[in-house]
Amino acid sequence: MTPPQMTIEREPNPSMPAKPLTAVTNFVAASVAAPEGAPSPIRQFLRARGSGGVADKTFAAVMLVCALSIFAIVLFILTILIARSKLTIAQFGFHFLTRSAWDPVSGDFGALPFIFGTLATSLLALAMAVPLALGVAVFLTELCPQKLRAPISFVTELLAAIPSVVYGLWAVFVLVPIMRDSLGPFLSKYLGWTGFFEGYNFGVGLLTASIILAIMILPIISSITRDIMLAVPTSQREAVLALGATRWEMIRTGVLRNARIGIVGAIILGLGRALGETMAVTMVIGNHPDISKSLFAPANTLASVIAGEFSEATGDMYLSALIEIGLALFLVTIVVNAIARALVWAVTRGTPARAN
Amino acid sequence: MGVGINVEHLNAWYGTTHTLQDINLNIPANHATALIGPSGCGKSTFVRCLNRMHETNPIARATGTVKMGDLDIYKDASPVEIRRRVGMVFQRPNPFPTMSIYDNVASGLKLNGFRNRAILDETVERSLKSAALWEEVKDDLKKKSGASLSGGQQQRMCIARALAVDPEVLLMDEPASALDPVSTSKIEDLIFQLKSQYTIVIVTHNMQQAARVAENTGFFLNGKMVEFDSTHKIFTNPKDKRTEDYITGRFG
Repeated sequence: MTPPQMTIEREPNPSMPAKPLTAVTNFVAASVAAPEGAPSPIRQFLRARGSGGVADKTFAAVMLVCALSIFAIVLFILTILIARSKLTIAQFGFHFLTRSAWDPVSGDFGALPFIFGTLATSLLALAMAVPLALGVAVFLTELCPQKLRAPISFVTELLAAIPSVVYGLWAVFVLVPIMRDSLGPFLSKYLGWTGFFEGYNFGVGLLTASIILAIMILPIISSITRDIMLAVPTSQREAVLALGATRWEMIRTGVLRNARIGIVGAIILGLGRALGETMAVTMVIGNHPDISKSLFAPANTLASVIAGEFSEATGDMYLSALIEIGLALFLVTIVVNAIARALVWAVTRGTPARAN
Repeated sequence: MGVGINVEHLNAWYGTTHTLQDINLNIPANHATALIGPSGCGKSTFVRCLNRMHETNPIARATGTVKMGDLDIYKDASPVEIRRRVGMVFQRPNPFPTMSIYDNVASGLKLNGFRNRAILDETVERSLKSAALWEEVKDDLKKKSGASLSGGQQQRMCIARALAVDPEVLLMDEPASALDPVSTSKIEDLIFQLKSQYTIVIVTHNMQQAARVAENTGFFLNGKMVEFDSTHKIFTNPKDKRTEDYITGRFG
């Protein structure tokens, strides 16, 4: 009754069947007419296979290496950034992050205006893009006629595929004149009292950069949000509708509430893109390291100062300062992500545990 | 042909909850054995210990001895090897939605690298016939997705999928609880036919079902096995007061 002693080690890659398998299959085919009492060919075949222990351990090890490589890459980048910026680190220490001077001629450097520019443009962009993106996603999943769904989704995703330099060009030729000639004057006339729309309006500046950023992160947020909302089971929608909910109440309670963690994840991804976006921002932000209350004022971001000044950086200090700006961008991204995750945790901590 | 299962001092935990407490039981080969008891009594955990599915939950653990024939499933073999020999049918039909009916049934063999077309074709046909589904699906075997079938058909397809690897033991965890009466009676007929060739362990909430299909019945309560005997005895002359209370509907 004992099965034939044949051991086959399965290849780690199941799409490449090992040669011995064919041999066993032939063997099985030859013994279809098994004698009475012997295990059936299928049982013989299955028992002849290994325990899968080696293959499973190999698989786990390979996956572990993949996961660890992420840490290795981050560490590697961090080391290089620190090593190459040690001149300014030695000169200014942590104060580099809080100084607002940026004078390459006299060798006086600080990252604060750029940190401000990065955070301000990104947060403003989020404030504009998130409501719009949620609206697009809700429309696509809940309200859109079936026929329109595919074309609108396609166009949204097309937006994500446009290179950022093209957005920049469009902003220079279309958005900047609009800001300078119509939107800017309108804002300063009616909202000038807030103090956010004061001073001379060149068309380039913080607000223009934020608008172009908002357009760029819109497709990422809306398409991920849409996928997450599509994953909410129909039974949840039906459960809310059956309680007499209107369509909006159903969307709020049955869909958005279930999808909220995923939606925050989508927003964090969009924020990540906004923080690091370089080319389009460089083209319309005005490239001036200022911290100003007015959204019309030219500013600069961490990413765009590196792009704009790296090729003309003369002297070791200047270069070191720009590389430390890169390090600062790295830190800002980490801190912002950590804050966002802490927010998610704080919001979801009180909710009842979910099955599975 | 199936093998008998001998369980000694089986204990199981979910986290700190002691779900199964010192279960001792002999399940005879080529018979159907029913496990009854109120919700949460541990009967599902028990069958999941028989194919080492229990331990796939990271907070779960089990101790004790489970022997399939001469094989101690917790000592002599890996979970993968055990599950190749023990089929399982779940409470809700779980077809692979991206696979055709044919591929669903053949999936157990295919994922093990079985490539012989002739034997695959023959096995799929035989399994679907054993599961009393062949006549209904034979014309769209490769055209229709497994998920396009009705609930009862899906469950019979899942039974065919379990049978295709020619298991020695078939575990069924409330296989008919999500189905209508017609589908349920088809599944029961099926169990009746299959039990001469396989050792079947069926968890059920439905006491008539246990009485109809099983030679032996075990009654579980609060993680313990209160009584195990021939189904006839359990339902007509139980030894334990609690069993009597349960089968006469005084609780549960």
